[in-house]
Amino acid sequence: MPSLFNSQPSTALGGAKRWLVAGILLAVVVSLFSAQFNRYYLGIAIDCGISIILAVSLNLINGHTGQFSLGHAGFMAVGGYSAAKLSLVCSPMVPDSLKPLLFLAALVLGGCVAALIGLGVGIPSLRLKGDYLAIVTLGFGEIIRVVVQNMDSVGAASGLKGIPKYTTLGWTFALAAITIYVVATLVNSTYGRGFIAVNDDEVAASSMGINPVRYKVTAFVIGAFFAGVAGGLYAHHKQFLSPTGFDFLKSIDIVVMVILGGMGRTVGVIIAAIVLTLLPEVLRQFADYRMIIYSLIIIGLMMARPQGLFTTGWKKKGVAAV
Amino acid sequence: MSQPLLQLDQATIRFGGLTAVGDLSLDVHANELVGLIGPNGAGKTTAFNLITGVYQTTAGTIHFGGRNIRGMKPHDLTKLGIARTFQNIRLFSSLSVFDNVRAATQLHRAHGIRNALWRGIGFHRAEKEVETQVLELLDIFDLGRLRDEEAKSLPYGDQRRLEIVRALATKPKLLLLDEPAAGMNPTEKEALMKLIKFIQTKFQIAIMLVEHDMKVVMGICEKIAVLEYGRKIAEGTPVEIQKDPKVIAAYLGTEGEDDDA
Ligand SMILES: Nc1ncnc2c1ncn2[C@@H]1O[C@H](COP(=O)(O)OP(=O)(O)OP(=O)(O)O)[C@@H](O)[C@H]1O
Ligand SMILES: [Mg+2]
Repeated sequence: MPSLFNSQPSTALGGAKRWLVAGILLAVVVSLFSAQFNRYYLGIAIDCGISIILAVSLNLINGHTGQFSLGHAGFMAVGGYSAAKLSLVCSPMVPDSLKPLLFLAALVLGGCVAALIGLGVGIPSLRLKGDYLAIVTLGFGEIIRVVVQNMDSVGAASGLKGIPKYTTLGWTFALAAITIYVVATLVNSTYGRGFIAVNDDEVAASSMGINPVRYKVTAFVIGAFFAGVAGGLYAHHKQFLSPTGFDFLKSIDIVVMVILGGMGRTVGVIIAAIVLTLLPEVLRQFADYRMIIYSLIIIGLMMARPQGLFTTGWKKKGVAAV
Repeated sequence: MSQPLLQLDQATIRFGGLTAVGDLSLDVHANELVGLIGPNGAGKTTAFNLITGVYQTTAGTIHFGGRNIRGMKPHDLTKLGIARTFQNIRLFSSLSVFDNVRAATQLHRAHGIRNALWRGIGFHRAEKEVETQVLELLDIFDLGRLRDEEAKSLPYGDQRRLEIVRALATKPKLLLLDEPAAGMNPTEKEALMKLIKFIQTKFQIAIMLVEHDMKVVMGICEKIAVLEYGRKIAEGTPVEIQKDPKVIAAYLGTEGEDDDA
């Protein structure tokens, strides 16, 4: 059975890597033509890509590893502000031809800052048994918001303006491909089975030589990194950041994508990310009711389809998560 | 005899006022098959939890391979060579039979996160090796044909055997089996006895067996320790244990219970 991310040995370019290269090539092709796209649809397509990065990376934490983080918007904010600040400071000094490099550096910086903070938040709360992570990340998100609101160097409450428009569909597409690749290949390896084992039964995993804390922290830090990258993309897409954009409700949005996508099924989560990004656009006139609709959807799903909306019987096939 | 592999020296654990295991001293030598028996609530599972680092002793010491295991976590001890099964089966329920065992092999593999991401030639070779190893193990226990089944969908007896295979995949020096015969019918129990003996000789490891079925314990163990209310009341060969008046007294009150357990 030729599966997307299996570990069959092949030529120098292994199966999974080939998909990644194909994805990035496609992104390049897409970006060549994106000038002809309708601006409105282009913007929405980029929104979808950013949602995919957020949801797939949160899926590693909440889906595969079975933690409950409510901090993804916080990491997105950290990454977004760091990346935006770097390009705001450096772009006057960088010639146009090197702007893509600056953008790349800004995204990597955003990801790394988010990952570092993720490490600081994750280690103490993941060492404890129980659902401390949810509480700590919830608090963390609020702290980030308050800190940003009072930091004049990043525009404080009025927001950070004039961020250069570097984000293109190509960049977004390529980074989404990388995120999917990283999460899927990681989980679909002997090493990565540890994430699911920890999720299934921590005591048993520990007795099989798997260090649960290390796995949980690893998943958390990788997830935070990509949330930071997504924040960087978002900043250079909207060209404006305001602390209110990264509140608790934004984290909930991403959590819903993961739940709807089936907690641990990469393909389902991607579809859910796209659907839930498009839905508010379609239902603009009902925007006020979105949170009500969301909570009803979650409750309904938990009762009717706890395995997720877009999953069929794949799980049976021995590959728990593709 | 040489230095014991596992050495409990007055190991004690108290939960509040309850001494679940008290002053337990016991030696297990390499490649020895030791039974640990006692009425319900005697502290057998708790003793296993002490040996595997799930609980820490409140007094006394435990040495494994000459090292004091104080403060070590279960995964550290698995690395040192202690593996176990659980009284109430704890398989990875969302993983396949194959992946349950695969997850337990990574302890001895060098390839970690970087390799999983980069997927160079070395990664594929290593993954192939894991696959061969896992399938070999599964085949020995006649579970190879079920490799892609979800672990939780297996019949009870197969689940118990899969738990043993998973524990063996960590390449232990000491295997702790907590009531492996529970829920099995007489034929299955017969097969299990052979299997445990087979594991002992084939893998050359020491085994500690907690079991209520006296026929199983007496049939295969070389040495038996008896617990009652957390204390060791007897230790000896099966013949000695069967004749021991203290053991007989301890079991008289619980006889009926033990037979159906
Ligand atoms: N975590 C705990 N907290 C409090 N008491 C405990 C804990 N674990 C075990 N005990 C108590 O310690 C005693 C020994 O329990 P244990 O499970 O070791 O018995 P056992 O010999 O394995 O019995 P069984 O044959 O029923 O499996 C029991 O009284 C039990 O209630
Ligand atoms: Mg027990």
